[in-house]
Amino acid sequence: MHNTVQEQLTYREAMREAIREAMLHDANVFLMGEDVGHYGGCYAVSKGLLQEFGESRIIDTPLSESGFVGAGIGAAMGGMRPIVEVMTVNFSLLALDQIVNNAATLRHMSGGQISVPIVIRMATGAGKQLAAQHSHSLENWYAHVPGIKVIAPATVADARYMLAMALADPDPVMLFEHVMLYNHKAPVPNPTDCPAMAQAVVRKQGPDITLVSYGGSLLKALEAAHALAEQQINAEVIDLRCLRPLDTETLFASVNKTHRLLVVDEGWRTGSLAGEICALVAEHCFWTLDAPPQRVCSQEVPIPYPKHLEEAATPQVEQIVTTAKQIMYR
Amino acid sequence: MTTANTKPHINKTHLHFLLKQMVRIRRFEEKCAELYMQEKIRGFLHLYIGEEAVAVGVMKVLQDEDAVVATYREHGHALAKGLSMNAVMAEMFGKMTGSSRGRGGSMHIFDASKRFYGGNAIVAGALPMAVGLALADKMQNRNRVTVCFFGEGAAAEGEFHESLNLAKLWSLPVLFVCENNMYAMGTALSISESEQHIFKKAQGYGLAAVEVDGMNVVDVEAAAQKCCSAIRQGEGPHLIECHTYRFRGHSMFDTQLYRSPDEVSSWQQKGPIVQLKQWLEQNGKLDQTEWQQIEKEVQQEIEEAVTFAEQSELEPNSALCRDVYQESA
Repeated sequence: MHNTVQEQLTYREAMREAIREAMLHDANVFLMGEDVGHYGGCYAVSKGLLQEFGESRIIDTPLSESGFVGAGIGAAMGGMRPIVEVMTVNFSLLALDQIVNNAATLRHMSGGQISVPIVIRMATGAGKQLAAQHSHSLENWYAHVPGIKVIAPATVADARYMLAMALADPDPVMLFEHVMLYNHKAPVPNPTDCPAMAQAVVRKQGPDITLVSYGGSLLKALEAAHALAEQQINAEVIDLRCLRPLDTETLFASVNKTHRLLVVDEGWRTGSLAGEICALVAEHCFWTLDAPPQRVCSQEVPIPYPKHLEEAATPQVEQIVTTAKQIMYR
Repeated sequence: MTTANTKPHINKTHLHFLLKQMVRIRRFEEKCAELYMQEKIRGFLHLYIGEEAVAVGVMKVLQDEDAVVATYREHGHALAKGLSMNAVMAEMFGKMTGSSRGRGGSMHIFDASKRFYGGNAIVAGALPMAVGLALADKMQNRNRVTVCFFGEGAAAEGEFHESLNLAKLWSLPVLFVCENNMYAMGTALSISESEQHIFKKAQGYGLAAVEVDGMNVVDVEAAAQKCCSAIRQGEGPHLIECHTYRFRGHSMFDTQLYRSPDEVSSWQQKGPIVQLKQWLEQNGKLDQTEWQQIEKEVQQEIEEAVTFAEQSELEPNSALCRDVYQESA
């Protein structure tokens, strides 16, 4: 299937290829959402798919998030494999009832009779100066809820291959695409090199400190790790990939090696996923720690419009470097 | 559309079936109220007493493969769709033999094998799901109907409007059945809606929509027959607004401050069971022996269900986290 010369794709193109492949592979897969067809997708992910697959499988919906996410849930119950696109995580709040009260509960509440194999995709995160109603990172809210799985592909390779894993999963999966990743370009490896959906990946090895991140913050964590290396601090960088369930095995193994933890999370600090990870490490790795676990999260404000304030509100490389050095007592 | 297949066959056997189904639901609900007082059933308990004609009339025209999506007042729908009374009663008791292994209780009865999809306790929250079930049928070229029951209170929710729009837009095989019992818990329709005719709201979305006397099981069945027949012929979603009334409170906690006893008794006089029973008696189609036989058979079924539920096992704590996700093989 794959050439020996690895092709370069953008994150956007990789996600489009993933959708194409799923549609070609399984006649029960369809894509539904606002502007996915004629417009080509709010972030141009589905551009061209309407022409290729037609209106019966690339379905433009009205602005009815609750309605069409719920319809996706029903279609999944009826034997289809829907990919439902919600433009941004902020809009997904209009479908919160369907996701939390229906998709997440139906299997357990029915005593195991009902499967909801739906994939709900959406953009998340800040960086495009879209202000306080289009920029938040609410992945953690969904990761709080048993019954759904939450993934956040941070690399082009994961954008290319994690959708197929999500579609193969018999339970509802929320897939988060950070807006700042869409134009990121990288070679796409062989699919067999892609780890399982719920597995965290060590993106850079290092003995000194563990930087845990996911989604849009991963590249910042990696950049920070390189800056730290210049200062003789060799950081290990973990990409969570899957926020629920969490791969605690990879996390604990790393912290037990480095004895230091810094979590980088674009969610707000209070009640953040970063807080949960720190708590888990405190519970399980306490006696191996050489310093208190720390977090770099977003400031507790609605994300503002001006570039400088947006940057001030969200995790930045310099802040990661500074905090890592504090943890290293440097 | 021909009229031949849209008119119910009103013969004695048929009417006796409808009567017995309504009596099954009525006596089941009365037994549940009794068991609630004995604290055998806990949580919220919403009784369907007074509204039996809606579920029974609609369900009569459905095929096994048609889907039903209902509300938290769904014991009657479950029984009428063919779930065993044993499984429904055991669910009330929270027992493992219940239709949802006891996890759902009164408000969450499910049976995928009967295509009975709840038991949904967020008002209007199941309407989009019904749209999706019908969408799957349309995409897979299956000629099936999805029936979605909801109360008139749901019409105030956005999901009602979103669902009707989507169903019509995509011409889906859904029958929306509004059980208009005049009160959303304790809030009267007259103080919550600018347009109080629910069927007119549906017409606004282009659905074929009618209103019917929901206390008359034959009228309900005739309307459902006509709608389902049209839906099966590809004519898209329909809506029936059934004017009905619940004789009991919203749930077992309701002191009913919002309505008068006179109003309740006036509706009770035109109750669905008493109405059909009187008509049958007046027309020489139901004698005392036949009535007693119905009551006796129903009584026996209920006693067996209670015994079954009593004797069933509770799910062990060790199985608490089972079925949050599909178990890996």
